[in-house]
Amino acid sequence: MTSTQQVDQVNAGGKAMRMSARRRHSEAALAYLLLAPSAVIIGGFGFYPLLAAVHISLRDWGIVAGPFIGLANYARALQDSPEFWRSLAITLYYVAGTVPITIALAYLFADLLHRRLAAAAFYRSLFFIPYVVSPVAAAAVWSWIFNKDFGLANGVLSWVGIAPFGWLEEPRGVFEVMGEHLGWAIPDWAGGPSLALVCMITVAVWHSLGFAVVVLLAGMAAIPEEVLEAARLDGARGWALLRRVKVPLLSPTLFFLLIVFVIRTFQTFTQIYVLSVDHRGGPLGSTRNVTMYLYAKFWDAHRIGYASAVAVILFLIILALTLLQFRVLGRRVHYG
Amino acid sequence: MAVTTDRHRLRQWRSGKAVVQVFVALAGVAVAFPFLWMVLTALKTLAEASAFPPTLLPSSPQWSNFREAWQRDPLFGQYFLNTGLVASIVTLVVMTTALLAGYAFGSLEFPGKRVLFALYLATMMIPFEVIMIPNFVTVARLGWYDHYAALIAPWSANVFAVFLLTQFFRTLPPDFFEAAQLDGCSHLQFLWRIGRPLAGPALATAGLFAFLGSWNSLLWPLLVTQSREMRTIEFGLSVFLQQEGTEPHLLMAASTIAMLPVLALFLVAQRTFVEGVSAGIKG
Repeated sequence: MTSTQQVDQVNAGGKAMRMSARRRHSEAALAYLLLAPSAVIIGGFGFYPLLAAVHISLRDWGIVAGPFIGLANYARALQDSPEFWRSLAITLYYVAGTVPITIALAYLFADLLHRRLAAAAFYRSLFFIPYVVSPVAAAAVWSWIFNKDFGLANGVLSWVGIAPFGWLEEPRGVFEVMGEHLGWAIPDWAGGPSLALVCMITVAVWHSLGFAVVVLLAGMAAIPEEVLEAARLDGARGWALLRRVKVPLLSPTLFFLLIVFVIRTFQTFTQIYVLSVDHRGGPLGSTRNVTMYLYAKFWDAHRIGYASAVAVILFLIILALTLLQFRVLGRRVHYG
Repeated sequence: MAVTTDRHRLRQWRSGKAVVQVFVALAGVAVAFPFLWMVLTALKTLAEASAFPPTLLPSSPQWSNFREAWQRDPLFGQYFLNTGLVASIVTLVVMTTALLAGYAFGSLEFPGKRVLFALYLATMMIPFEVIMIPNFVTVARLGWYDHYAALIAPWSANVFAVFLLTQFFRTLPPDFFEAAQLDGCSHLQFLWRIGRPLAGPALATAGLFAFLGSWNSLLWPLLVTQSREMRTIEFGLSVFLQQEGTEPHLLMAASTIAMLPVLALFLVAQRTFVEGVSAGIKG
């Protein structure tokens, strides 16, 4: 390189820098301008309310705002309210029932659809429909299917000669009810979640299965076929192939689904609101998850401060669980 | 010998595939069945719908059930109008705010970009239940209670949409803008004339999910509307379900009607929906 060329380059560089300094300023100004509308909305209805929820939760706030009472609302929820703890247990049952079953079933169907099955795209769309259409309408037909007196579920049972169940009106534990049908005595502690809650878990799995299938199919499409072929040539078959090759390769997708589903199922509202017999988490509060509980405290009892404290506790639990999943499972996730 | 084993394997593979095909078809029927049951029940008479054990097919389809369900609540039309209006405005505004923000995050350089983007994403972690009470208070203070503004404003920017558009603009080569700049194009002109059409698929996905979220929401409309005239279709249907609980054929007819618009939208735009989900997570 000759010296004149170098000088030219330096000059050009200096010019470009001066220009870019001015341009950078106007570019930044433009960027802030473009961000302003979304920032106002996301700040005003996303961030501010998070801080406001904490603020409200520290006050004795009924229908009108009252004085600061420190952590009294939190203490009331955690110490004096068996109802709150029960709603938390119900939430955990609901999450623990819905999430693993959804992901396992979705994996099975995605794996089958991935094998260049005839009409795979059709099934993919079909499975996805429950995820998009009106959750209220979907819950309506399910509550009719589970209707105690005229429903399809009991119709099928009577057809095969089994006595009817109460389904959504059954507050007793699912194992207790099954035990009764089989003539076994099940101790109280082993009664399990109410049959009504199990019905709702079924509906929840049906609802989100298609979403999980679509996500998993996208993950599977990204795995090169040669890798699986190589594993097969090395003698990996069936369970070993699944556990040692397919699942590790899909682990980012599976992990994503786990995180998203845990967060969402923790917050379920519409489905339980419509399906529960009294629209408040019945029968006998056996499907009243934390969201229903705080809705009742806020909407029916007008205990705004207390309900906010419950909401913040719910947030902290979800946050802690998410971080826990990242710590425990995140390390085992393979990013190819 | 070798040939026969190969043939045997091929036959085994084919029959295995047939089993899988049947299995998936059965699962498909199981997933679709509740919808089928909804429509079948909607076509039955009251006596048929509440017969036990239930029959599968209506003896003669009662198409008039749909009209009767529709007329049972004279405001059904209003609910649809409200929901359509709110969802359409939300969709348009979400697409606009996401286009602008996505261009800023994806194509422009400015101080604090990373922090701001992280803050945006962080709001996806906040459960709706936590912010719903303060948002209710905000809406009430602004005098929006029981007005369209309460149903629209809080949802008129969404992080998922911003994220999708940001991902898109990140993949847009900077030469595009530089070339346009030589032709005297400003950032805004470039964004409107070139960026917007190119971002079409990402915008469509963001718009569809915004529309869907708005159309299907129940808890928020339940909180911020009071008069019957302001109800959305999900709210109206949920009240209908509670009040007309003894007439299953009408409930199912009303549910079918409520479901149709989104189902039609899905059937038209299923590729965008399904691929949008994949695009959203790959990013």
